[in-house]
Amino acid sequence: MIRNCLLCGVGGQGTVLASKLISAAAMQRGDDVRTAETIGMAQRGGCVVSHVRIGRDIHSPMIPLGQAQIILAFEPAEAARCLPYLVPGGTVVVNRKAVQPVTATLSGKPYDAQAVLDYLAAQVENLVVLDGDAVCAQCGSPRVLNVALLGAAAQSGALGLTCEELSAAIMQRVKPQFHSLNLQALALGAQAAEKELSHEDEAGTV
Amino acid sequence: MAKTFLMGNEAIALGAIHAGVQLVSGYPGTPSTEVLETVAKENPGHIHVEWSVNEKAALEVAAGASYAGARVMVTMKQVGLNVASDPLMSLVYVGIEGGMVLVVADDPGPISSQTEQDTRHFARFAKLPVFDPSSPEEAYAMVREAFEVSEKYHTPVILRPTTRVCHGCATLETQPALPARPVPGFGKDSSRWVIFPRLSNANHKKIEAYLPQLGKEFCESPFNRLSGFGRRGIAAGGIAYEYLMEALGENTDVRVLKIGTPHPFPASLAVEFMTGLDEVLVLEELDGVIERELTVLCGRYHLRTKILGKASGHAPCAGELSVEIARELAEAFLTGSEAAVPLPNPPPLPVRPPVLCAGCPHRASFYAVKKAMEGKKAVFSGDIGCYTLGNAQPLDMTDTCLCMGAGVTIAQGLQAVEPDAVHFAFIGDSTFFASGITGVVNAVYNQHDMVLVVLDNSTTAMTGHQPHPGTGRSAMGEIAGRIDIEKVLEALGVCSIQTVDPLDHKLAVEAVRFAAGIPGVRVIVFRSPCVAIAHPNIPFRVNERCVGCQKCIRELGCPALVLQDGKAAIEPSLCAGCGLCARICPAHAIGGVEA
Repeated sequence: MIRNCLLCGVGGQGTVLASKLISAAAMQRGDDVRTAETIGMAQRGGCVVSHVRIGRDIHSPMIPLGQAQIILAFEPAEAARCLPYLVPGGTVVVNRKAVQPVTATLSGKPYDAQAVLDYLAAQVENLVVLDGDAVCAQCGSPRVLNVALLGAAAQSGALGLTCEELSAAIMQRVKPQFHSLNLQALALGAQAAEKELSHEDEAGTV
Repeated sequence: MAKTFLMGNEAIALGAIHAGVQLVSGYPGTPSTEVLETVAKENPGHIHVEWSVNEKAALEVAAGASYAGARVMVTMKQVGLNVASDPLMSLVYVGIEGGMVLVVADDPGPISSQTEQDTRHFARFAKLPVFDPSSPEEAYAMVREAFEVSEKYHTPVILRPTTRVCHGCATLETQPALPARPVPGFGKDSSRWVIFPRLSNANHKKIEAYLPQLGKEFCESPFNRLSGFGRRGIAAGGIAYEYLMEALGENTDVRVLKIGTPHPFPASLAVEFMTGLDEVLVLEELDGVIERELTVLCGRYHLRTKILGKASGHAPCAGELSVEIARELAEAFLTGSEAAVPLPNPPPLPVRPPVLCAGCPHRASFYAVKKAMEGKKAVFSGDIGCYTLGNAQPLDMTDTCLCMGAGVTIAQGLQAVEPDAVHFAFIGDSTFFASGITGVVNAVYNQHDMVLVVLDNSTTAMTGHQPHPGTGRSAMGEIAGRIDIEKVLEALGVCSIQTVDPLDHKLAVEAVRFAAGIPGVRVIVFRSPCVAIAHPNIPFRVNERCVGCQKCIRELGCPALVLQDGKAAIEPSLCAGCGLCARICPAHAIGGVEA
């Protein structure tokens, strides 16, 4: 069985580290991993996408359209842009906050993030909207959005990795002085997702 | 051996270390940069690793070491090969002693390059063998084989990965490293190492004799192979082969030819593949290199196989391929296409052109020049680096960009025929050393009238912060010789040099006004470290004094400045505290946290 995870966001948000942590966690479990990253000019505020593919006999480093079990979106518009990669019935974990490109700010016409979140809610069977800002504020660092999203993704079950496995990867790949900060963000991300998922269940049973 | 998780570029680096490489030189360029960085990081201690001043220098340094019998590797991106082509073309004729592998990374798309040039053509043009890996695993294996071929035929060999192989990661098994071998030393022999027309003529004949021989050997190579059955065939090379295999899945009702050595072409294997086939589709990125080889073979061997690809309009002529494109083309070719059900269209999504980072000193430099030249006729020639992004609105300060170092000299040509404008050339510190100095020599010697603006952020930022001759650090992170940009310019005889911190907006504007007002070759060095490596300051904030004039947003285009309820606001996760917006705010509404 191949597990495909797509991460998308805006250059500078930390997608590459998140993809490395997923890969490290899967490798520690003994799985083979193939990934593709966006490196270069797009890292300066452009759209960035990381493809992570876990399993044996995988050819393409890029996930084919319609085959990602989960999308970790650091930004709503990037989630919508990458939605064609999602398998029917798949999971999207998306950060609520929009990043407005300079061109949009300049034109005085920021894009309508709520409309994009509504679109995601209508199209995605399993949608987890994470308030990344709240988690970052609780942790006291704006740089832990990536790990908070990982926590939420693990909690959703669609990532196929547990928070414990991701914690081990953090201990292995992140500098020691940032361990506790990242473990806190991981736990808070998971908690936030748990809340949202239980709300969904309630709504489903009513 | 143990399984490790490696990026394609890391796999190439380890492949070279395990093959006993003794010298690695290169110049940074996406998507090739991590190869040399990984050799530096994993250096067992005996490998000489250097970021050379440019690709030509890198190749020549490596050639010298190879003459003495050392195994060497040179790394660059595809446009870097243009810079290195002068020594390369001759080196093929002279030949080498220790194995030499040139890693030249191509960039289909292009994603981070000026061109979609295809290095496989270059290999054919230069009469060089070229290996074309389809995965990090294959790239690792090919490096060792490339050294063997290089030493067997005394020729440099190119390994040409593309972006998706360079920046893809995979789990792979490495081989035990070959035992280190001593460098035999340079054997003086002027009939071998000094190129003269007679030597070139004799060696040209040798090259033309061994290339077909090597092509035959390549027919047995594991990097070229046949699979599948049927009367239709698909040929593929590089990452396109993996896309094809992913798209075909369990389907084996098609014959597949994988090409891992596009030059010299494994002709007899290709003829075996085409024999009995009615049609062959070719899947490859960049140019139709395999397609052309197959077409020629059909003519030479009177085969009736029809070759479909880029020339026939069956495959896209530009841009990357993907599993989807491979599937669509293969299905249309094999059966007739079936369309997937599309999602409903999302609401309008923003476009995201790359921009200068929040706090980037280049923004301040461009803004200072812009303000100083307001209302005056001026042309702004740009160059290669992060500062090419100075073209974006609202700065709009890059009127030309061609190739490394060209801005300095293009400004001179513009000035020669349009003397009534002030001609500026912007160049980064790394690019200045790579190929800018020659242009300054030309300007002084030919008495051009121009303002050279050196944007010195003390690193090679775009490719991920490599050191260069101005930084005083080597590729191995050690103290190195440091070249002083101002002293170089002084020695070249420019008429005025001013060094200014661009974040000091008022001083910066004054410096530009002064330079613009005098004749000759004038230089401003705007020096301020790259915000991605400097320790960021505390984010600034907009206070209640903001009147909503939006001057900061309209004039700076900083990604940290956003519009909130008609007023400016600063996104704290992005702001690096450079303070430029505070300096230009007419309402004094922006300040540090206490403001």
